Amino acid sequence: MSPSSSIAAEPGAVPAPDEHHEHHPSYLVDGTTVKSWLLTLDHKRIGVMYLIWVLLFFLIGGIYALIVRLELLTPGPTIIDAMTYNRAFTMHGVVMIFLFMIPAIPGAFGNFMLPLMLGAKDVAFPKLNLMSLYLLLSGAVIAIWGMINGGMDTGWTFYTPYSTHTTTTVAPILFGAFIIGFSSIATGLNFIVTTHTMRAPGITWFKMPLFVWAMYATACIQVLATPVLGLVLLLVVGENIFHFGIFDPARGGDPVLFQHLFWFYSHPAVYIMVLPAFGVMSEVVATYSRKNIFGYRAVAFSSLGIAFVGFFAWGHHMFVSGQSTFNAGVFAVLTMLVGVFTAIKVFNWVGTVYKGAVDFKTPFAYFCGFLYFTVFGGMTGVAFATASLDVPWHDTYFVVAHFHFIMVGATIMAFMAALHYWFPKMFGKTYHEGWGLVSAALIILGFNATFIPQFLLGNAGMPRRYYEYPERFQTLNVASTAGASLLAFGFIIAAVYLTYALVYGERASANPWHSRGYEWLTESPPPTHNFVGPQPTYTEEPHFYVEPEKAEVPDAV
Amino acid sequence: MQSSSVAGTPGAPHVPHVAAHFASREVQDHAARLGMWLFLATEILLFAGLFVCYANYRFAFPDAFAAASRELDLTMGTINTLVLITSSFTAAMAVHYAKEGQNKQVVWMFVLTILMALGFLVIKYFEYSHKFHVHQLPGPYYAYDKIQLPGVSMYFTIYFLSTGLHAFHVIIGMIVLGWVTLKAMRNEFNHSNYTAVELGSMYWHLVDLVWIFLFPMLYLI
Repeated sequence: MSPSSSIAAEPGAVPAPDEHHEHHPSYLVDGTTVKSWLLTLDHKRIGVMYLIWVLLFFLIGGIYALIVRLELLTPGPTIIDAMTYNRAFTMHGVVMIFLFMIPAIPGAFGNFMLPLMLGAKDVAFPKLNLMSLYLLLSGAVIAIWGMINGGMDTGWTFYTPYSTHTTTTVAPILFGAFIIGFSSIATGLNFIVTTHTMRAPGITWFKMPLFVWAMYATACIQVLATPVLGLVLLLVVGENIFHFGIFDPARGGDPVLFQHLFWFYSHPAVYIMVLPAFGVMSEVVATYSRKNIFGYRAVAFSSLGIAFVGFFAWGHHMFVSGQSTFNAGVFAVLTMLVGVFTAIKVFNWVGTVYKGAVDFKTPFAYFCGFLYFTVFGGMTGVAFATASLDVPWHDTYFVVAHFHFIMVGATIMAFMAALHYWFPKMFGKTYHEGWGLVSAALIILGFNATFIPQFLLGNAGMPRRYYEYPERFQTLNVASTAGASLLAFGFIIAAVYLTYALVYGERASANPWHSRGYEWLTESPPPTHNFVGPQPTYTEEPHFYVEPEKAEVPDAV
Repeated sequence: MQSSSVAGTPGAPHVPHVAAHFASREVQDHAARLGMWLFLATEILLFAGLFVCYANYRFAFPDAFAAASRELDLTMGTINTLVLITSSFTAAMAVHYAKEGQNKQVVWMFVLTILMALGFLVIKYFEYSHKFHVHQLPGPYYAYDKIQLPGVSMYFTIYFLSTGLHAFHVIIGMIVLGWVTLKAMRNEFNHSNYTAVELGSMYWHLVDLVWIFLFPMLYLI
C-alpha cells in the first residue's frame, strides 16, 4: 500500500475500542436514561431515533399496502368496503411518502453519517436537529389521529376541488403533512449549513464523499420546494374549513393552480426520495468493488443537475390537464433531462464495478437490485415524459408500477443497503451474511412479482385507485398480491436476523468492509464526540482504493 | 492543517459563546448567518405561493381585481409602508450600535422598532375592521353591495391571506426582537459578539421586504 494509505482503511489505524473504552464510551452507552436519549443533541442518537421511527412508519405503510393488495385479489368486494379501500390507499401513500421515503435516508443515515463523513463533531445546529425529529413525530401524531378519526379518501395527491369538499377528515392529515414539511426543511437547512461550515481541514468540496454530495443536493430541494407545499396545504385546509373558493371552480377558483403548486413541490420531492438513494449506492458500489468511484465529479455534479432540472419538470404530471401542446413539449424535454443526469450516474456505477474485485455482500446484492430498478423504472419514466405516450397510460396501473419501480424500488434498495452497510458502524455488531442475501433475494424477487404484473395491467387499461375491476384483470392482480406477500416475507426475515444481530451479533471491527469512506475512520460504534485522539487527516479522496490488481484484497471480516 | 481547536478534536479549550462542536466563533457565526439566509429563502418561497395565486387570479379576473384594489385605503397603506421602512432603519441601526458594543442604544433602537411594528398592526386593525364592517370578506362571506363582479371575492381572499400571513410574521418578528432586546439589556453584545442582533434584524428586514412587495401588489396596481 502507498504510505499515505495508512491514514485510512486499515483496522490498525484506529485505536482498539477497549484501550479507550473508559474515557470514550460509545455513543450508545454514554448515558443510558430515557431522558438522555429523548433530549439528546448527539446527531448519532438522533439518527438512531429517526431509524426506529421510520421503520415503524414503514410497517404502518406496508400494512396499508397489504390491505389494498388483498382487497384487489378478487374483482368485486373482498375484505373491505369501497370507502375503507379509498382511505387505505390514501393512507398508504401519505404514510409511505411523507413519513417514510422523504425522512428515511436523510433522517436516519444522513444524520448519523454526514458529520462523520465531514470529520465534524456534530451537525451545525444540534437543537434544530432534535427539533426536526419532534416536528416529524408531532406531524405524524396529528396525521395518524386524523386517520383514526375518519381518514381521508382523496389519494395522497389531495387533488382539489374534491379534497376541499369531501367530508372525510382532510384538515388534520394535511396539517400533519404541513408540520412534517417543516421537519424536512429543518433537516435540509441543517445539512446545507453543516456541509458549508463543518468540513474538517483537508476535506475540500471535491473530497467530500458522494453520499454528502447527494445529501447536499437533496437538502437544496428540501429547502427550496417544501415551503411551497406548506403554503398550498394550508390553503387546502383553509378551503376545506372555510370554503374560500381559491381552488373551487364554483367560486371562480382554479383546481389546475393547485396542481401547479402541488407538483412544484411534489415532483422535486421524488428526488428528495431518490437522490439520497443514489448517494448511498455510490458509497456501496465503491466499497464492494474495491475501486475508486469512476467519474467522481460527474457523479457529484449530476446530483446537483438532477436537483436543478427536477424543479422544471412538474408539468409532466399535467399533460392531460388542458395544458397547451407547447407547454407539454417543453415539460417533456425538461423531464427527459433528468434521465440524462441519471444515466451519467448509472454509467459511472457500472464503470466502477467493471474490473473491480467485487465482494458480493448483502449491500452489493441490493446494489444489483437497485441498478435494475433504476434503469427499468427510469426508462419507463422517459416513456412517460413523452406526452403522446403519457396520455393513454395516464392514471393507469402503469403509473403505479413506474413510480414504485423508480421511487420505491430504488429507495428501498438503498435503504436496505444502507441499513446493512452501516449496521456495524451504527451498532458495533455484525449480522448473518447468508440470511442477508436470502432476504435481499426475496425482496428483489417479491418486488418484481408485485409490480411487473402492474405494468401489464396498466398497459391493458386497468385504472389506478379503482375498487372493482373486470374479471379479465384478475390473474395479474393475483400475481401482484402474491408478489406483495413474498416482499413482506423478505422484510420479515430481515427484521428477524437484524434484531437478532443487534442483541447477539458478534462485535464488529472499526472497518469490517475495509472501506475507504471517511465514516470508517472512527470506532464502531463511534464515541460521543465521533473521534478519539487526534483528528484524522484527510489527504486522499474518500473513495480512494488502490487498483485491485496491485492491492492485496483482504478477506472479509 | 489547523491548530488543536478544530472541530472534532477532544480537549479543545472552551471559548465563551462558542458551542463545543464549532471550531471557532468565526465558523459559528458563519453557520448562523448561512442558516438564517436559508431560512429567509424558505420564507420568501412561502409567500411566493400566494404571489402565484395573485398573478393567476388577476389574469383571470382583471376587472374585479382592479375595482377591488381601489377599495383599499391607500393612505393607511402608505403610512404603514413608511412605518415599516423606518422600523427597518432602526433595526439596521441596532446592528450598527451592537458592533460598537453600545448595548443601551441597541435597546433603544429595538424598542423603537417594536413600537413601530405595534403601530403597523394597529393601523392594520383599523383597515381590517373597516373591511369587516362593509363585508369585503373572503369567499362565501363576501357581501359588499357596490362591487359585484365575478372573482371579486377572490381578491379579498388573497388580500386577507397574504396580509394575514404577513401580520403573523410581524408578530413573530416582534417576539424575536423582544428576545434580542432582553439580551441587549443584559449587556451581552460587543464588537465580536453581535450575531443575535444581526439575525434578528435580518428577520425584520424580511418582514419589511415582503410588505414592499405586498403593498404595490394589493394597493397600487
